Amino acid sequence: MSELPKARIATVSLAGCFGCHMAILDIDERLIDLMQLVDVDRSPLTDKKRFTTRCDIGIIEGGCCNEENVHVLHDFRRNCDVLIALGQCAIMGGLPAMRNAIMHSDAPLRECLEEAYITGKYIRNTTHNVPNDPALPLLLDDVYPCSEVVEIDYQIPGCAPGGDIIFDTLSKLLTGKFRGFEREMIKFD
Amino acid sequence: MDNGQECSNGLSSTACDVGAVPAEEIAAICQTFGNDKHRMLDILRAVQDRYHCISPSTMDRVAAETGLTRIQVEGVASFYSFLSLTPKGRVTIRLCDDIVDRYAGLAEVAAAFEEVLDIRMGETSADRAFSLEYTPCIGMCDQAPAAMINDVVLTRLTADTARALAEVLKAGRTPDHLISERFAELTPHERATRMVDNNIRHAGEVLLGPVPEDAGLDKAAAMMPSLIIAAIEESGLRGCGGAGFTTGHKWRFAAAERAEKRFILCNADEGEPGTFKDRVLLTERPHLLIEGMTIAARAVGANEGILYLRGEYVYLRELLEQVLEDRRRRGLLGKSIHGIRNFDFDVRLQLGAGAYICGEEGALISSCEGLPGEPKTRPPFPVNRGYLGHPTVVNNVETFCQAARILDRGADWFHAMGTEGSHGTKLFSICGDCLNPGIYELPYGHTLREVLEMAGGQDAAAVQVGGPSGTMIARDSFHRKLTFDDLATGGAIIVFNGERNILEIVEYYMSFFVHESCGYCTPCRVGNVFLQKAIGKFRKGLANPEDIDYLKELSGTIIETSRCGLGMTSPNPILSTLQNFPLVYSAVTKPNKDGIRDTFDIQSAIDGARKIAKRRSYIFDRDFTQ
Repeated sequence: MSELPKARIATVSLAGCFGCHMAILDIDERLIDLMQLVDVDRSPLTDKKRFTTRCDIGIIEGGCCNEENVHVLHDFRRNCDVLIALGQCAIMGGLPAMRNAIMHSDAPLRECLEEAYITGKYIRNTTHNVPNDPALPLLLDDVYPCSEVVEIDYQIPGCAPGGDIIFDTLSKLLTGKFRGFEREMIKFD
Repeated sequence: MDNGQECSNGLSSTACDVGAVPAEEIAAICQTFGNDKHRMLDILRAVQDRYHCISPSTMDRVAAETGLTRIQVEGVASFYSFLSLTPKGRVTIRLCDDIVDRYAGLAEVAAAFEEVLDIRMGETSADRAFSLEYTPCIGMCDQAPAAMINDVVLTRLTADTARALAEVLKAGRTPDHLISERFAELTPHERATRMVDNNIRHAGEVLLGPVPEDAGLDKAAAMMPSLIIAAIEESGLRGCGGAGFTTGHKWRFAAAERAEKRFILCNADEGEPGTFKDRVLLTERPHLLIEGMTIAARAVGANEGILYLRGEYVYLRELLEQVLEDRRRRGLLGKSIHGIRNFDFDVRLQLGAGAYICGEEGALISSCEGLPGEPKTRPPFPVNRGYLGHPTVVNNVETFCQAARILDRGADWFHAMGTEGSHGTKLFSICGDCLNPGIYELPYGHTLREVLEMAGGQDAAAVQVGGPSGTMIARDSFHRKLTFDDLATGGAIIVFNGERNILEIVEYYMSFFVHESCGYCTPCRVGNVFLQKAIGKFRKGLANPEDIDYLKELSGTIIETSRCGLGMTSPNPILSTLQNFPLVYSAVTKPNKDGIRDTFDIQSAIDGARKIAKRRSYIFDRDFTQ
């Protein structure tokens, strides 16, 4: 196995809570086995901010809630052969997408920001302003699942997915043996 | 609920608060219907007719009078599209928004009304004189574009006539005056035929030819009930509403059930776009229909019947009430019909309020019971436990009419017409791009090409048989036969010529199902929206080849997991066009090379935030300051 060139993996957390990346660490000591098979390129785990080379697999945590998420996701699509949406936010929008439920409003985004920063009951914001630093990316009108922005090849469900399913799926994908999930692995109740 | 909340959900408003509707008037309306919760639809219709709004306080009052909770009343009031929780104008103009009307110039007609009345579609004028809105097919496709103005139907509108009509209404005349200056002096039948043409193009032997009055009932009265059922079974009569269940079996099952009470329901809720055959029968053969219902009552031992008339056909109410009254007077309805002891039967007219789903028999029963028109779980079937839990026969208008004729002329006569498995004649309502739209009564077994030639629709490039829930077929299949086993239809045949955009038609039909889904089952409520969006992608040229698989897969899920016929047939416009017009789809798909979705439009997605932040996007907008 070790003679084969290692696969290159990139990961990113978009509109997620970083829980899915924590779940990657739940692979525990099997990480050592996995590292025999892969090199990690752009990723919070390596702190590489840019792609140094084209990757085989890109792992996306979180959906798209702002323009930067979209930009990064486009970048991943262009630089990775296979994209995996990891966890419920990447697949469906998840918890952040709850703001999509503000529907019966003429300006749902403004309503959301005002409640979050100004009018909310438990808000202590002495500036009484919505943050608007030029460095802040613009928010999207809705929170989008990754599959609405780019084509996604695989989805690993869970919030967060367990270390087992991540390890199992990755190692099968890397060895070309992935044939879908075992029912027991994605049965949560 | 405090006042603040009531205002925030938009239901309360000064224009229709309790001040305008005295509680005793509401109580009086409820009293008219015996404070019966099962007559909720009638009560709310009456409130709507008189006050043009069902306000929160009204709902409270109605709930108190009928012994229900407010939310139960609101459930009904918010379900039907002709009932309104917000104030509507004294004159409500509903333009029929069917695809046939659109192709016949609906847009110009709508613009004319908007211009003269100075309101947009969907709005109510500030003085509450007019409301202008769209409504799905009102069954006038043979004389499109059509509109309902309160209870008056107007057809073959043009921009000019629409402008003139609107001026007359604006001058304060009532909608009746649009039909005739001496409307009050006309008989109900004259009124109906002045408003709407029958357009009977071909009268067949069974229904639209000469029909001797009550000959079937005379014979049935002398027969044992079981022999009536046997005759209907032998005739091979199958339901004409679309599903084609054997009528005789249905009656036999209902008769076999041990029960104290049984009911006969007539389904006159023909909401399938492009279908208008029942409209003609109700206008021209109302006695035959009630005769058929009476025979069914005799056969299964029912004492009560309900004629469920779709809200769009309210212009036929007077005519039908008159027919019922006339038959009561002549002893053909009521106690001891034909002098036979225990042969008691009477029919009440139940008006719907604009809900396609009520054509489904379970939903129709729910609606008659005063509930929101939601289908019921089957089994139990209505013949076992239907209206208020009693065995119930629900048949289409045409089916009852044919049953009456079979009793008169005999099962063999009927059985000899048509083809094996599809006996007798059928009313076809043909509309769209043909020279002679209208009603054709033909024996089963004609090919579609023959029928199109009769109707002058030789140019047809696509024909929708059976309405949106039926099949769209192309020229290469015009040799197929109109029978239950080949091309089954409840009657609708909609003709489209080569200039029509198939995807536009499909998108319209999907929006129809999105609008008409009762919302009970998620696959139907949500899935149809997804299908509609996906078709939108095709129309915009943003679809990938994989989207075709997506359409098929999602359609399969909706069909498999919906409870009633609506969800089981709503993907049909897509599935049948995918099958019969595959090139229409493949012509507008293009493979996606870089894996980035064209359907996601970053500019529109960040537009709102750009306005809130009052700055450009540093990623997606160019900097013009440099």
